[in-house]
Amino acid sequence: MSQAFSHSTFNTQLKRYYTLYAGGFLAFVIALAIAEQLGMTKQWIGYCFLFATIGLYAMIGIMSRTVDATEFYVAGRRVPAFFNGMATGADWMSAASFIGMAGTLYLSGFDGLAFVMGWTGGYCLVALFLAPYLRKFGQFTIPDFLGARYGGNIARSIGVFAAILCSFTYVVAQIYGVGIITSKFTGLAFGTGVFVGLGGILVCSFLGGMRAVTWTQVAQYIILIIAYLTPVVWLGLKHTGIPVPQLAYGPTLQKVTELEKKITADPKEQESRALAKQAAAEAGAVKDFPKATAERRALLEKHVADVKAANAPDYVVKAAERELANWPTDPEQAKVLFAARKNLAGNANPPKPHATPFPGKDEAAQDIARRNFLGIVFCMMFGTAALPHILMRYYTTPNVEQARKSVFWSLFFIFLLYFTAPCLAVLAKYDVYSNLVGSKFAELPAWAAAWRVVDPALLTITDLNLDGIVQLAEIVLGGDIIVLATPEIAGLPYVVSGLVAAGGLAAALSTADGLLLTIANALSHDVYYKMVDPSASTSRRVTVSKILLLIVALIAAYTASTKPGSILFLVGAAFSLAASSFFPALVLGIFWKRANKAGAIAGMVVGLGVCFYYMSTTYPYLRDLFGVTKPIAEYMWFGLNPISSGVFGLPLGMLTIIIVSLLTPAPDEKTQRLVEHVRYPNIVGDTYAH
Amino acid sequence: MQPSEKHREYWRKNLFITAVLLAIWFIATFVEGWYARELNSVTFLGFPLGFYMSAQGSLIIYVVIIGVYAMYMKKLDKQFGVDEGELE
Repeated sequence: MSQAFSHSTFNTQLKRYYTLYAGGFLAFVIALAIAEQLGMTKQWIGYCFLFATIGLYAMIGIMSRTVDATEFYVAGRRVPAFFNGMATGADWMSAASFIGMAGTLYLSGFDGLAFVMGWTGGYCLVALFLAPYLRKFGQFTIPDFLGARYGGNIARSIGVFAAILCSFTYVVAQIYGVGIITSKFTGLAFGTGVFVGLGGILVCSFLGGMRAVTWTQVAQYIILIIAYLTPVVWLGLKHTGIPVPQLAYGPTLQKVTELEKKITADPKEQESRALAKQAAAEAGAVKDFPKATAERRALLEKHVADVKAANAPDYVVKAAERELANWPTDPEQAKVLFAARKNLAGNANPPKPHATPFPGKDEAAQDIARRNFLGIVFCMMFGTAALPHILMRYYTTPNVEQARKSVFWSLFFIFLLYFTAPCLAVLAKYDVYSNLVGSKFAELPAWAAAWRVVDPALLTITDLNLDGIVQLAEIVLGGDIIVLATPEIAGLPYVVSGLVAAGGLAAALSTADGLLLTIANALSHDVYYKMVDPSASTSRRVTVSKILLLIVALIAAYTASTKPGSILFLVGAAFSLAASSFFPALVLGIFWKRANKAGAIAGMVVGLGVCFYYMSTTYPYLRDLFGVTKPIAEYMWFGLNPISSGVFGLPLGMLTIIIVSLLTPAPDEKTQRLVEHVRYPNIVGDTYAH
Repeated sequence: MQPSEKHREYWRKNLFITAVLLAIWFIATFVEGWYARELNSVTFLGFPLGFYMSAQGSLIIYVVIIGVYAMYMKKLDKQFGVDEGELE
């Protein structure tokens, strides 16, 4: 660092730049809003958001290009706490948080809050156990710490393997998300969307490594938080009357609970629920599609004739005619609709009570639901505190004190989104239960009428009992629609939908950037530099890192473009795997001097192994892969789902480290000095040198 | 270098505050989660309390835990002379 560098001047400058930037972005949105009123088409608004934001990220990337190792790996270690907090927020919040979270909460009610708690509470563990000590250690990657603390290349190699295992599945999910968002809002093909997004990711991380990624992530955080909060505030004003709906949606939640009771008891709903069950079963049993298509057509024709003969009200006749008109003659098209009808099976039961924890039919079922809730909370928390792309961010602050403060800002910025998501879910549910349910099919709310046509996977409404009125049991919702359609539910212009898409894109790109960098750094720094060629010059190390980045990105993009089905499970699994492999070795390495090499190696292998064993015997996709045939129930421990396998992996891994360490000799004196070294931010006479 | 008795005391104090905050974290997470159904019979700000805690209350506690830790440790660093000085 040059002598002339001043942290306080830098901080002031950053504040000025990013305030200007946020203002500029708002001006851009307002300009587009005006253009929309003047007749700009939706597709062009989509393009403007896509290319303006990616162009902006590219510009920051180009401005931050570097070949210096400290700049490339840890952004020169001068990122102030506040800005590192924003960058961590963007790094952390993925496409799944931005687009999926509110939908999950809508669909699963209280039980979905396990993710909200897990993905925030984990930062307490980061703050108390890891961030300050890793910052004092002050190297480049997480396997670096394992290598230095436990000596030799074995612990480091296991660290590299685990880092890549966790990060790769995660990055594939992000690139997949980028493809979905770009294709949805611009009409580009999914594959093209993936590669456009890839360009946006690469131009940052490739040119400037951590330095470019950091400053881009700050920019991305600002966009994503504006995009998330704007429509919710609007919808909140509509339903609660104040612009901070997060504080005031309690009464709305009570209204939702009352509506649930009403819907559960309503005879029309009961009738529709029975029909939903029947329709799903029938659709599932169809073998001869041409015959079934024709039969259903005949049924609908007969119904139109019936209601006309019975002199039914106009809206009933219209609804019946529309059902008939919507039913395709081509059996291939009907196949898609039959498939959608199978999803009605979920509507056979009364709505899940939103505010009730661990619903279940009897005490045993409720108990298992509670155990799984806490299991997910546990794994998401310890996984958060062990994911290398997050921990790496705390290497970039100027000192230990700033690292501690920066965890505070990280969680604060993450909190802003995570305490809004449950609110959005409740507001959207209230809107659906009170406005959509009970409306006439001929006069659906505008957003429902539009999305129903756009994408049957996100919204289908079928008049099962043909009364011309929407019942809850007739609606099948895909979770992602909650965030995507909120601007329209709130009655906002299309420009806000474009803004939401830009926010989702920012969330996916920023996370992908951080993950790609983690993988490339593990390979270039830990494998190439530390194991293959320790004499490599810094510029050569950076070059190798850049080449690897490109290769990993292309492999990830290719994997994403094949649309792997189990992607969401794999992302959840990454948390359990990270918790089981990294957490015990890192934390015991700092807090227990006696932990040694043999213990750490055994512990990491056991943690990963137990976790992986549990998943491969209880998760259907992996069971097929490994040819496991005995029933799942025989493999289940305490009724926990495979996503929570870290509940077993982490404690067993930790126990293994303790037992094996105690059975083998204590680590040498230099290692003990390293432990003392990381425990004190600054100690006079510290002789430990890397 | 062998850390002095003063350094050991710093580390003990650090472990103590870590344990206290961790206990609060544990209660706000797992005890709260375990009894969420029972807590729901209480109404707070118009919310059932169990729902409120999981959706918002515990999150606020987490933010506070980290803030308190950062402030306390900054003071402790100075008090025991292991701080890093002011950033310029």
